[in-house]
Amino acid sequence: MIDIRPATAPIFHPASAQDYVPPLLLRALQLRRLQNVVRRAYQHVELFRSRMQERGLRPEDIRSLEDISRLPFTVKTDLRDTYPFGLFASPMQDVVRLHASSGTTGKPIVVAYTREDVEVWTNAMVRTLASCGIGAGDVVQNAYGYGLFTGGLGAHYGAEAIGATVIPISGGNTDRQIMVLKDLGVTAICCTPSYFVHLIERARELGVDLRDLALRVGVFGAEPWTDSMRRHIESNSRIHAYDIYGLSEITGPGVASECGCQDGLHIFEDHFYPEIIDPATGETLPEGEEGELVLTTLSKVAMPILRYRTRDVTAFLSGPCPCGRTLRRIRRISRRSDDMFIIRGVNVFPSQVEAALLAVEGTLPHYLIVLTREKGLDRMEVQVEVTPEVFSDKIGALEELQDRLVRELDNVLGIRAEVRLVEPHTIQRSEGKARRLIDRRHMAD
Amino acid sequence: MKIQQLSLFLENKPGRLAEPCRLLAEAGINIRTLSLADTQQFGILRMVVSDWERASSLLKDAGYACKATEVLAVEVPDRPGGLAAILEMFESSSVNIEYMYAFPFGRLDKAVLIFRFDDPDKAIERLQSAGINVLAGVDIYNGGHPA
Repeated sequence: MIDIRPATAPIFHPASAQDYVPPLLLRALQLRRLQNVVRRAYQHVELFRSRMQERGLRPEDIRSLEDISRLPFTVKTDLRDTYPFGLFASPMQDVVRLHASSGTTGKPIVVAYTREDVEVWTNAMVRTLASCGIGAGDVVQNAYGYGLFTGGLGAHYGAEAIGATVIPISGGNTDRQIMVLKDLGVTAICCTPSYFVHLIERARELGVDLRDLALRVGVFGAEPWTDSMRRHIESNSRIHAYDIYGLSEITGPGVASECGCQDGLHIFEDHFYPEIIDPATGETLPEGEEGELVLTTLSKVAMPILRYRTRDVTAFLSGPCPCGRTLRRIRRISRRSDDMFIIRGVNVFPSQVEAALLAVEGTLPHYLIVLTREKGLDRMEVQVEVTPEVFSDKIGALEELQDRLVRELDNVLGIRAEVRLVEPHTIQRSEGKARRLIDRRHMAD
Repeated sequence: MKIQQLSLFLENKPGRLAEPCRLLAEAGINIRTLSLADTQQFGILRMVVSDWERASSLLKDAGYACKATEVLAVEVPDRPGGLAAILEMFESSSVNIEYMYAFPFGRLDKAVLIFRFDDPDKAIERLQSAGINVLAGVDIYNGGHPA
């Protein structure tokens, strides 16, 4: 048995009332909001209007929730192609916040929030934290990165609004994180799960056993993780480890969250309408079947997004949740329907790695991305075959090539990757699509 | 005057060196001398062989990153200070030595060194004007016994 300290008395925040709305009322609310957001998107965003017109669709054609499947999808490249303001439905004077996330070719994706949008986001994060058992009286160490990334400020606003004490420590500086955890009576922490594993290990090296601290809850998101990793975290730190889900394109963290049952994530579907589709055909899948999660922002003002293809693969869980929430649940995200991967909270596409290799070498060498996890930290190694064109008889020239590759990858991805030069023809060629990625991060769990 | 040296990229892993050597042996190509420069991850095998053109196409066909580079074989008196005199010659010159290694077969009183200069033509000029013997490729390929 895993030794976990008992949860404190259940905390009920008024904002969570929305989690328990009877399904019929919820559907009615969703329909009204869907009609509003479609109208808003149609009126104010050229891309949505032209795509709906191509299908002969007008906003008033959306008469039921099922009609959502008649709407066109939105994909990540749409956000990039309309960079920076093309999908805004509000004038800049109504926008109180901009965030940005990495795009496929280095250009970021810009997302906008009106004051109402920030309120909805905060409401979703309050419900997220409440569902993880956090409330007034908790001391929350927020180790998500503050800045353009939505994680930091999203969790910050939610934690403050719920009445907790927030420590806005942001990411990095592990030793200071441990000192703060220990000295400031921290009861809850928000960070990526892999970073928390690293915290456990570093704390041990410093002679600090997290099981002896007041810490009791971890709110972990921004990357996929597994149940075995949860068991590792919970037994080594005596906390309840919860999975949360979100993405900048939709709002940021706060789209879905686990509850005390730790069996699937409830989607805050009064604001974010979920569908599961077949990624190949785009058809809506029957309840329970695994497919790609598609989300529509029901309440967004500054930047409504219709049927956003998240590329995250999951399935609806059937049956009511013992926690009593009526919100539908999705299974933990296990993988992606495209080749994107997340490392240290940063989205990376192999095409970005290719762009960097191409920029340095002039032609694209065969390469392989290998992801591993050491001491809870993600490591990314790019193996690059040495081509006759770049080969030199001088060690210094090859080392310089290696350095240039590392710098260019850092430039494009914003993270440090290791580069290993390998002999030609040693990276396995497969028929058809080359295998570009080996993810060994979960093998050590 | 100039000698063709073959350079090969190898990963720093057990068994990597044996493979190209076996390949050359099976083709009856003799390795006259070699040197290995390495880092933790990779190495460069540099060698002078009896038939560099055949060796080069053989290795390339086998998938190696292989490159021919012009180097010089220089005869140095086999006594204390023999090498130092040559190195000193290039210290103040605009010609740089990229790397060097020894050639095992010389005459009794001479040692032979392989030099990789950034500008081999200029280096030949300097060496010869100083009266230093730069060996011809044919001697080296055939066993390093200059006439």
